[in-house]
Amino acid sequence: MGKTLFDKIWDSHVVDAIENGPQVLYIDKHLIHEVTSPQAFNELKERSIPVYRPNQIVATADHNTPTMDQHLPIKDALSRNQLEQLSKNCADNDITLYELGHQYNGIVHVMAPELGITQPGMTMVCGDSHTSTHGAFGAIAFGIGTSQVAQVFASQCLLLTKPKSLRVTVNGTLKKGVLPKDVILYIISKLGTNSGTGYFCEYAGDVFENMSMEGRMTVCNMSIEMGARGGMIAPDETTFEYIKERKFAPQGENFDKKVAYWKTLPSDDDAVFDQEYTFDAADIAPMLTYGTNPGMGIKITETIPIDENPSFKKSLEYMNFEAGASLINQPINYVFIGSCTNSRIEDFRVAADYIKGKQKAKNVTAWLVPGSKQVETQIIEEGLKAIFDEAGFELRQPGCSACLAMNDDKIPKGEYCVSTSNRNFEGRQGQGSRTILASPLVAAATAIEGKIIDITKHLN
Amino acid sequence: MKKFTKIISKAIPLAVENVDTDQIIPARFLKATDKKGFGDNVFRDWRFDKNGAINTDFSLNNPIYTGSILIAGDNFGCGSSREHAAWALVGYGFKVIVSSFFADIFKGNALNNGLLPLQVSPKFLSILMKTVQENPATEIEVDLENQKISIKKLEISEGFDIDPYKKTCLINGYDDIDYLVSKKEMIEAFEAQRL
Ligand code: SF4
Repeated sequence: MGKTLFDKIWDSHVVDAIENGPQVLYIDKHLIHEVTSPQAFNELKERSIPVYRPNQIVATADHNTPTMDQHLPIKDALSRNQLEQLSKNCADNDITLYELGHQYNGIVHVMAPELGITQPGMTMVCGDSHTSTHGAFGAIAFGIGTSQVAQVFASQCLLLTKPKSLRVTVNGTLKKGVLPKDVILYIISKLGTNSGTGYFCEYAGDVFENMSMEGRMTVCNMSIEMGARGGMIAPDETTFEYIKERKFAPQGENFDKKVAYWKTLPSDDDAVFDQEYTFDAADIAPMLTYGTNPGMGIKITETIPIDENPSFKKSLEYMNFEAGASLINQPINYVFIGSCTNSRIEDFRVAADYIKGKQKAKNVTAWLVPGSKQVETQIIEEGLKAIFDEAGFELRQPGCSACLAMNDDKIPKGEYCVSTSNRNFEGRQGQGSRTILASPLVAAATAIEGKIIDITKHLN
Repeated sequence: MKKFTKIISKAIPLAVENVDTDQIIPARFLKATDKKGFGDNVFRDWRFDKNGAINTDFSLNNPIYTGSILIAGDNFGCGSSREHAAWALVGYGFKVIVSSFFADIFKGNALNNGLLPLQVSPKFLSILMKTVQENPATEIEVDLENQKISIKKLEISEGFDIDPYKKTCLINGYDDIDYLVSKKEMIEAFEAQRL
C-alpha cells in the first residue's frame, strides 16, 4: 500500500515508540511568541534543563503588540512585561527573535513562510493552533500547548500518537469572486467544527493545485476550525517557486537537491486515507458566518438555517440574528482585514483592487492590518497604501490585532465586525463583539457599502 | 504534577455545546507570564456581566452546585491551543471534565496538567447532566485505575478510554519532559543519522 504525504513525513521523524503508547516525534522547527512561551521557559529554569537546540527555534512578537506607534514604549504594563520577558528569554537562551519593529517581525504564521523558514517535508510546531497554516508547503505543522513547548525546548521532540488521515478533494473551477477563504469556510460549514478531530487533513484536487501559496495558507490555516490538528497540501512547482531565494531557504545546488527530495513527498496514487470527502468547486460561493463558531456559515445569498438545538439558539441570540433571515443589507460598522488567515500581500491586492476609486462608507471603521513588516512594506511599495488612504481606510502596523483583541484593537460591545480572521467565538474581537467571518473581497465591499451586499452582483 | 487515582465528588453542570477556549479564558487575561491566577477568570464573561456583576443564572455561580467535576456539552475545548484554558480550570479547582467529545489540543493540555478529560457516550452524558441538574447532591465517582465513571445513587456506570501511557503518567504524577529528557542519547543518534 502506498503512503500519504503525511505518512512519509511523519515516519521519517519518528525517533522511538513506546509500547502501547505514543511515539517520540522529532521536530525540525519550533516557532514561539510572547503569549504561550513564558511559562515553558520558567518550567525549564525551575527544573534546570537547558534549551536543547536553540538554533531550531525562531521567535516573534505578535499577539500582544500595538498596531500604532510601534516605535513608542508599550503603554499597557502587562503587555510590555510579556514582550520584555520574551526578549530576555530569547537572549538568555540564544534564540533568534524578530521583535517589534524588526524588518522581519510579524504574525508567526506570516513571517516564517515569508522568510523561507517553512519548507516541505519538515515537522514544525508552535504554541498556537493556527500553526496548521505552514502545512500549505507540504509540512507537518501543528499547534501545541505550553507543556509541549517546554518538551520541545528540552528535547526537540514530542510524545504523540499518530493521528488518522483525512483527505478533502475539491475539483473544478471556482466561480468569480470565490476566494480561498470561501473554499475553507464552505468546507467547514459542510463538515462541522469537529469532523476533523483526531485527523490530519490533506487538501487535494485542482482547486488547490491552481491556488497560490497565499491561498493555500489561508485554507490550511483554518483546518483547526474543523477540529483537525493540521492541514497540508502536496508541494509542487508553485511551492518551490515561492520558497526559492527566500532568506532562509536552501540556496543554489542545495536548493536543487532539496527540490528533488520534495518531489518525492506527495501522496502515492494508491495511498489510502481513513476518511475522504469530495466537493465540487462550482457549488462554492462567497461565504459568511452568522453564528459563534466557524462551522456556522452560509453562502452570502442564503438565509440563516432554522434549528431548535439550544446551543444553536443561544448562538443566534448572541449575534442578535433571526433564524431564516438573510444577511444581505445588514448594516455593519466595523471591518477588519488582517490575521494569519488573510493578511498577506495577495489579500491586500484583492481588497485594493475592489476599493480603488471608491469611498469607504461613513459609518464604517475599517482596519487593515498587515501580517508582517514585509507585507506592510510591500503594500506601500506597490502603491496600495495610496489607494487605501484615498478611500478612507486605515492601514495599521503588523500584528494579530483585532483577531483576538489582546491589544487595544477591540470591537465595541454589540457591534458587528465583518472580519477576515478565523474565529467568530463570543467576545473574540472584544467583549460582547459580534464577528462575521468573510473573505477580504467581501470585507472590502462591506466597508464601501456600510452593509453586507451580494458581492456576486457587483463583479464585472 | 499531583497524582490522580480516584475521585468522589459532586459535579457542576454546564449544558452548553462547543465551549471554546475563548469562553474558558478570554484573551484579555492571557498577559500573565506565570500559570497562577487564571482560575479567578475561568468562564469570566459567563460568570460576570459586562459591568462586573455576578450572573446568577450561570451554573458556576449557583451555590447549589459544588465539586471538582465539570459536566459539559459536546465538543468541549475547541479553538485555541492555549494551555491557559487548562490552567484556568485547574486553578478554579476542577479535576475532571466530562463531555461526549473533546477537542484534540485541549485534551492533551488537560492531561499535561493533571486534569482528566473524560469522554462518555452522548447517552450517559445526558443522564449525568440531567441527574446533576435535578439533584445537585448526587455524588459521582471517577475511578481512573479501572477506567470507570459512576453515578453512585443510581448505580449506573460507564467505562472510559484513556491512552495507557497517559494513564500511567496521571497515576504516578510524571510528565513527558522527564521521559523525553531520558531519551537524549537516542535523539542525538537520530539527529546524527539525518545529517
Ligand atoms: S492572527 Fe489571530 S489566529 Fe492568527 S496567530 Fe494571531 S491571534 Fe492567532
